[in-house]
Amino acid sequence: MRFADERLIPIWEKVQHQQRLTRDDGLLLFDTSDVLGLGRMADHVKSGREGDRVYFVLNRYISPTNVCVLSCSFCGFARKKGEAGAFEYSVEDIIGMVSDEVREVHIVGGHHPDWPFEYYERVIAGLHAARPGVQIKAFTAAEIDYFWRRWKVEPREALTRLKAAGLQTMPGGGAEIFSSRLAKELRYAGKADGDRWCEIHGIAHSLGIRTNATMLYGHVETAAERVDHLLRLRAQQDASGGFLTFIALPYQVGATSLVPRSAPPAENLRTIAAARLLLDNFPHIEAYWVLLGEETASIALHFGADDVNGTLEDERVQHMAGAQTPAGLARAQLLRIIRDAGKIPVERDALYNVLRVWEREGAAA
Amino acid sequence: MIEQIREKVLAGKRLDRAEGRWLLTDAPLLEVGVVAAEARYARHPEKVVTFVIDSNPNYTNVCITDCQFCAFYRKPGDPEAYTLTVDEVLAKIEFAASRGATTVLLQGGHNPALPLDYYTTLVSETRRRFPQVTPHFFTASEIRTVAEVSHLTVSEVLDRLYEAGQRTLPGGGAEVLSAKVRRRIEPKKGGPETWLDVHRQAHRRGFKSTATMMYGHVEDTEDLLDHLDSIRELQDLFGGFTAFVPWSFKPNNTLLEKWIKHAKGPNMYLRMLAVSRLYLDNFPHIQASWFSEGKRTGQIALHFGADDWGGTLLEENVHKAAAFVNTIGVDEIVTLIREAGFTPAQRTTEYEILKRY
Repeated sequence: MRFADERLIPIWEKVQHQQRLTRDDGLLLFDTSDVLGLGRMADHVKSGREGDRVYFVLNRYISPTNVCVLSCSFCGFARKKGEAGAFEYSVEDIIGMVSDEVREVHIVGGHHPDWPFEYYERVIAGLHAARPGVQIKAFTAAEIDYFWRRWKVEPREALTRLKAAGLQTMPGGGAEIFSSRLAKELRYAGKADGDRWCEIHGIAHSLGIRTNATMLYGHVETAAERVDHLLRLRAQQDASGGFLTFIALPYQVGATSLVPRSAPPAENLRTIAAARLLLDNFPHIEAYWVLLGEETASIALHFGADDVNGTLEDERVQHMAGAQTPAGLARAQLLRIIRDAGKIPVERDALYNVLRVWEREGAAA
Repeated sequence: MIEQIREKVLAGKRLDRAEGRWLLTDAPLLEVGVVAAEARYARHPEKVVTFVIDSNPNYTNVCITDCQFCAFYRKPGDPEAYTLTVDEVLAKIEFAASRGATTVLLQGGHNPALPLDYYTTLVSETRRRFPQVTPHFFTASEIRTVAEVSHLTVSEVLDRLYEAGQRTLPGGGAEVLSAKVRRRIEPKKGGPETWLDVHRQAHRRGFKSTATMMYGHVEDTEDLLDHLDSIRELQDLFGGFTAFVPWSFKPNNTLLEKWIKHAKGPNMYLRMLAVSRLYLDNFPHIQASWFSEGKRTGQIALHFGADDWGGTLLEENVHKAAAFVNTIGVDEIVTLIREAGFTPAQRTTEYEILKRY
């Protein structure tokens, strides 16, 4: 393979021999202007693992509440109790939102000042009883940590009880960027820090709960902070092994504006490719179409991504923050995003069990 | 295969049809992109991306050609049919000029009611009143219509326009230059030769023009190769094409919508651009269409061999008729080009640089 930036050649050697990349390698991945070179290496890794397969799931996002005790600078979603636009759903409301067609429900919400832990347990148990065919992915490590801060329910106990109630997997949100500098600057210091976030995922993994991981980027973080974040996730995966998917979340300029503009598409492609190369122990890397836009998500399937998330009947958190993609793409549209890239759509469940392989349609792109 | 193609391209050797076919169908997308970017830098070593301040008004939507892909035209007598007077068109050009436009791409339906001097007056008055604006007027099929209506040859019409001050022609109306495709989607417009012949004669007369392609409807790979082959061959004769501009067909509100529901997506677009950079070895510029493909895809396209961003399109009605709207200002163009890692430069219709940002 030929590279416009020859500094990538030693990295390519390592990638071909499945050797682990170093922190310096990671810094180079975020420095090079040879984004296509990066993409080809990431595509080599992705194709070696998954061939032309790209996964999606029929899913539904639900936020039980947007009432939150925190005031993170990047968040356009949270409201204070009683503030205009604040909402609080009952268990019945939530069950009513989930149709039988949905395979997975994704539940993430604010850190509510009053709701007891038992409420969350009832949400899971109620939903599980009413929709036994639907897999429940619920509560970020930040929320699990908050159950300890607010109600002194230890993470191991919380996760054990939630699992008994029907929780199957955990989403990867709340990680933001693991950096005490940024936690202070962006006022998310009241949230689980990197060590705590990883500790909670480790506990989940030890209980047999598979989880995802995320990184919120494209605001005021440095390249080194991105690399360190990814390496921290890689180390945690070495230790506990339960991560399924990494999702890079580009910060959305909209309700909040930490920077003048959201990251440009080439930067989003770079981040996905770098994640595929650095996270050598993660099974899947996602191109989250809601934040990337359908076009970039489709192109990202050539840059190391093997998943586009799902149909997302509702995506309040990012949508209120100004993501412009219409929430709730039909399955047909996801199939188009995948097929446009010349890939084979594979419908999955929350644990990546294959439900249906959709044939290729028409000419490859 | 990609290495062999790369060596040929960088040695200045021409790709053959089999290589073009492989690039359009089976070659890994990013491999094509990387080689296309190399070819782009071999021709334009600076990381500069040009754009033009332009406007695309229309003088009439009356058309007797009934193309199946068109949502813009109205038949003569239709309540929504319109034809502007020379003064009304000049008012649109004045508006564009007041906003800094240096190019006005004026096109319209095939309206048999308009005489030759309507067209020549538009050109000469634009030249007289707005010397900073290049009249980039009338596509090949309009020129053919003028010739028929005024009982002149195409060459005579081109002479009159040249005498009136016109020096460039827009490349629209090519669609896909394949007899089979054109019979299917625009049977009244004639085969590929009707478009090619006007451009051939225009280039011979000293005009410059662009070549376009609208893909993503009923064509197959061989049709796309026919298109690329025929414009490459024509370019060998006079070198009159400044740029190649492909875009994807937008089906809304057209007769073809019944069969084709969705536009082709970004991956095919990037491939098309990259392949055209490699295959059209005698074309100086390849234009990325932020307008038809979206700004994000437009930015990514700059890494796949394109060296031009197109224009501001202060006014645009043809895509709008297909329920497809996109707008941009100079500031945003400059930001998007910079964000993608390039130096923005404003250009003229003929690709001379006016200002670097």
